[in-house]
Amino acid sequence: MSLQDDVEVLRAIPLFSKIEPAKLKLLAFTSEHLEFEQDEVLFRQGEPGDAAYIILRGTADIVVDSPTGPVTVAHLARNDVVGEIAILCDVPRTATVIAGSGLATLRVGKDAFFNLVTQFPQVGLGIMSELAHRLHQTTMHLTEASARLRQLEQGSGPA
Amino acid sequence: MEPTIFGYIRRHSWKEQMIVLGLTLASFPFLYWSLDLPKTIVNDALGQADQPHDFYGFEVDKFGYLFALCGLFLTLVLINGIFKYIINVYAGLVAERMLRRLRYDLYSQILRFPLPHMKRVSSGEIVQMINAETEALGGYIGTALQIPAYQGGTLLVILTFIFVQDPVLGLAAIALYPIQAYLIPKLQRRVNQLGKQRIRQVRRLADRISETVSGVRDLRANDATQYERARMSSELSVVYYIRYRIYILKFMIKFINNFFAQIAPFFFFSIGGYLVLTGNISLGAIVAVLSAHKDLSSPWRELLDYYQLMQDVRIKYDQVVSQFQPRGQIDERRQLDEPTAELSFEGSIEARGVVVRDDDGDALLDNVTLTVPIPSTVAILGPGGGGREELTMVLAGLITPDSGRVTIGGHDLNQLPDSVLGRKMAFVGFPPFVGSDTIEDNLLMGLRHRPVRPYQPPPEEEKRYRRQLRDTERAGNSPFDFRADWVDWTLAGVTEEQERLPTIVGILELIQLDADVYMLGLRGTIRHDRFDDLRERLLEVRAAMHERLETDESLARLVERFDPERYNSNATLAENLLFGAPRDDQFQIDRLAEHPYVRRVLDQVGITDELRRVGLALARTMVELFADLPPDHEYYQQFSFIRAEDLPDYQSLVARADPEALDRLDQEDRQRLLALPFRLINSRHRLGLITRELEEKLLEARKVFRENLPPEYAASVAFFEPDAFNDAASVQDNVLFGKIAYGVAQAPVRVAALIRQLLEEAGLRERIIEVGLSFRCGPGGARLSMAQRQKLAMARALIRRPAVLILHEALTAIDAAEQPAMADRVLEAMAGRTVIWSLARADLADKFQQAIMMDKGKIVETGEQAAEAAPQEADA
Repeated sequence: MSLQDDVEVLRAIPLFSKIEPAKLKLLAFTSEHLEFEQDEVLFRQGEPGDAAYIILRGTADIVVDSPTGPVTVAHLARNDVVGEIAILCDVPRTATVIAGSGLATLRVGKDAFFNLVTQFPQVGLGIMSELAHRLHQTTMHLTEASARLRQLEQGSGPA
Repeated sequence: MEPTIFGYIRRHSWKEQMIVLGLTLASFPFLYWSLDLPKTIVNDALGQADQPHDFYGFEVDKFGYLFALCGLFLTLVLINGIFKYIINVYAGLVAERMLRRLRYDLYSQILRFPLPHMKRVSSGEIVQMINAETEALGGYIGTALQIPAYQGGTLLVILTFIFVQDPVLGLAAIALYPIQAYLIPKLQRRVNQLGKQRIRQVRRLADRISETVSGVRDLRANDATQYERARMSSELSVVYYIRYRIYILKFMIKFINNFFAQIAPFFFFSIGGYLVLTGNISLGAIVAVLSAHKDLSSPWRELLDYYQLMQDVRIKYDQVVSQFQPRGQIDERRQLDEPTAELSFEGSIEARGVVVRDDDGDALLDNVTLTVPIPSTVAILGPGGGGREELTMVLAGLITPDSGRVTIGGHDLNQLPDSVLGRKMAFVGFPPFVGSDTIEDNLLMGLRHRPVRPYQPPPEEEKRYRRQLRDTERAGNSPFDFRADWVDWTLAGVTEEQERLPTIVGILELIQLDADVYMLGLRGTIRHDRFDDLRERLLEVRAAMHERLETDESLARLVERFDPERYNSNATLAENLLFGAPRDDQFQIDRLAEHPYVRRVLDQVGITDELRRVGLALARTMVELFADLPPDHEYYQQFSFIRAEDLPDYQSLVARADPEALDRLDQEDRQRLLALPFRLINSRHRLGLITRELEEKLLEARKVFRENLPPEYAASVAFFEPDAFNDAASVQDNVLFGKIAYGVAQAPVRVAALIRQLLEEAGLRERIIEVGLSFRCGPGGARLSMAQRQKLAMARALIRRPAVLILHEALTAIDAAEQPAMADRVLEAMAGRTVIWSLARADLADKFQQAIMMDKGKIVETGEQAAEAAPQEADA
């Protein structure tokens, strides 16, 4: 796959839609095009994070370790960005990402990622809104879960 | 060492000096004869031509006589020349021999410096003294007797001649010598003083420079470079003015000499003229005296120069030697003597009332009394600077206490020679010393005390070898041959040759340095003969690797093997062209575009212009990508083919250039374009610039390059060959014989693991470690991390199985969590022997039989209590 192909894929991603092609080309040039076979691991929960991945082709699963074993919490497809949390707030990887099929990614190093975000506020905003969206969803799940927990507690309470 | 240079010369070279003197004296008759002969030719052969001539008993005619005399003259000229040649060479030889001795002596003195003195000496100054300041001494020593003898003799002969002509004129000729003899030493003394100052100042400079070299990092980190520049300026200005004043005085001396030399004719004309007018002397005599006086000035000047040099050298010697004889220097015998009998270390190590003071007289160790049973283990605890370090060094016999004494098994430690202390005891301090030699050299340092087997030169070298030995002895240098086999393996408990490597590996494993050395081995190249068999084995592993890649599809995509018939898209264009690894800088990647042979090959295949077009396209991309980045952006370093400072040039070049008409560009621009594509890697850069057709042409160029490679470059490339070991490539690359594929997840990690696995399956782990042992550590071990250096120093101490191991903060750089386990392993390895370990970490103390606590130079607690008290101390 040539650099130009990668740039075309990037251009189609809404997050990058407002960035001029030359800058996307620089992003593609300074990033690493990495291909994974099905079931290969992009990164594991708990590892230190040093890069984010942009999915160019294929699918991946986000898996979180839980007391009852690994749980798949989300699926990724083309145009998704994954792994940015660990580099944004310097925490270990919060989940494991596994290729769900033959997968092509662009591995954006920490420096290149920050470069991108600082140079193009709209990318920062895009990522912010994506994260806010996820936070919103998580909050909803949490509210739902705690409501159900309370119900259960009341149900099995001192009746 | 002798207090003056004259004593030094007398003691070590009087025989040689006599030979120089003898040769000089022997040359005088011939010299005199050659001066006298012209008179005979003029007076006898020409003036009385018609008389019969007798030439050493032969009756000859006037022509025969003339030519015989001329032949004699020629012979004398030749003899004089030969004398001069022999004297010069011999004097030079003597000079160098003495210089060699002097430098060796000074170097030996360093090895005997008392250790506390090392804190005061600067290596910059010492280097300056041994290298530069001794240089002038050598020159003087060679001519110490020859110049005064030769020039003085000549002077005397000419003066005698003048006196014979007329005593009054003779007196006139030397009338002003007393004034010169009075004035010049006076001036010379001033010059000498300045000379001393200058030497001191230049040493300071050397010191400053070496300090800067070692401190550049911190100077820059503190933006202190301007201050340092200013300091250097002021130091240089001191040298400048000293030299300026020296010049003024030196040339004043010259002026006085010249003046007096030229004023002599004034006396000849006035006094001599008066004598002629009064009829007391002939005119001819005056002319003779005048011409003789002309010859006088040259030797006189030489003598005065010699006098200046002598003074200069006297000071230099004095100044150098005094620096190399600090108080408390270790007795030479302690280092050179071999132990007379095997000493057994039994009983205990006893320190009684030991006091060690620093320069200011403050006690670093204050009346320390201590008993360490042999064998036992002792931890020395306490705050840094509390005397732990001094105590360990006193117990190791490295510092002589100012009062009190240390005994081991009843022997006074300071009476024992190094040959006992340095073999039965081992000391590892902080920071550990690691030299620039190989890891193996550093590791085996403690096994190399004296040669165990003499050097055996190859038969054709034997004659030269014996001569070298003779010369070494004459210069008073080391009686031991460096090339001999020094490693005494019995000290490491090794008797069979095949046990050597396993022993080293065992020690490295114990100290957990094996993995590091193994990695260095993988990245190392092998050229040494001792790895001859390993090459074959590695080729087998290469084949195994090939097979694995062939049979396992998931592995196959990780590596692109080198194939002579195929373009490797994971390798640079340069690697594809050379299809080999450069052995020297002849075909370094940055120089390929300029290399005449490479150019010839590219022209022959006809791709020079094509490559320029690739270069232009690449330049375009670079200009496009990097145009907006600030010049100091890290991307330039990491990704750009063009340096930031060159980008504007390329910008204008790209604007000007037309890919279809590159020949319109000038030579320099075309060169610039050609230089770009050599670093291109298809799979990594993914620019699609190297087309199939170009790949085909490059493969052709690869063949042409190899087939026509001129013999003078043959040694510069090690070609990739599937069935041959490549000695310019690392062990790892030889096994791989290809490139790790870009863009495949985890490829480098998985390939490295596979290589490691295959090497281990082939049983080559030890051999790869052996390759790693030949890794050179860099100046001061700088290519190793501090933890690696500490481990290496520890391994060095352990491999020779000392009876007593003394450590001071020997493992501090090692990961804190690893330290307890490491300490356990060291103590286990030393089981049944004595370990005295000065530790910063009190939590390790319970591993030892005894613990003592030092503070302010005193032992504040001993025994079990110390171990318990220690944690509180550590918290405080």
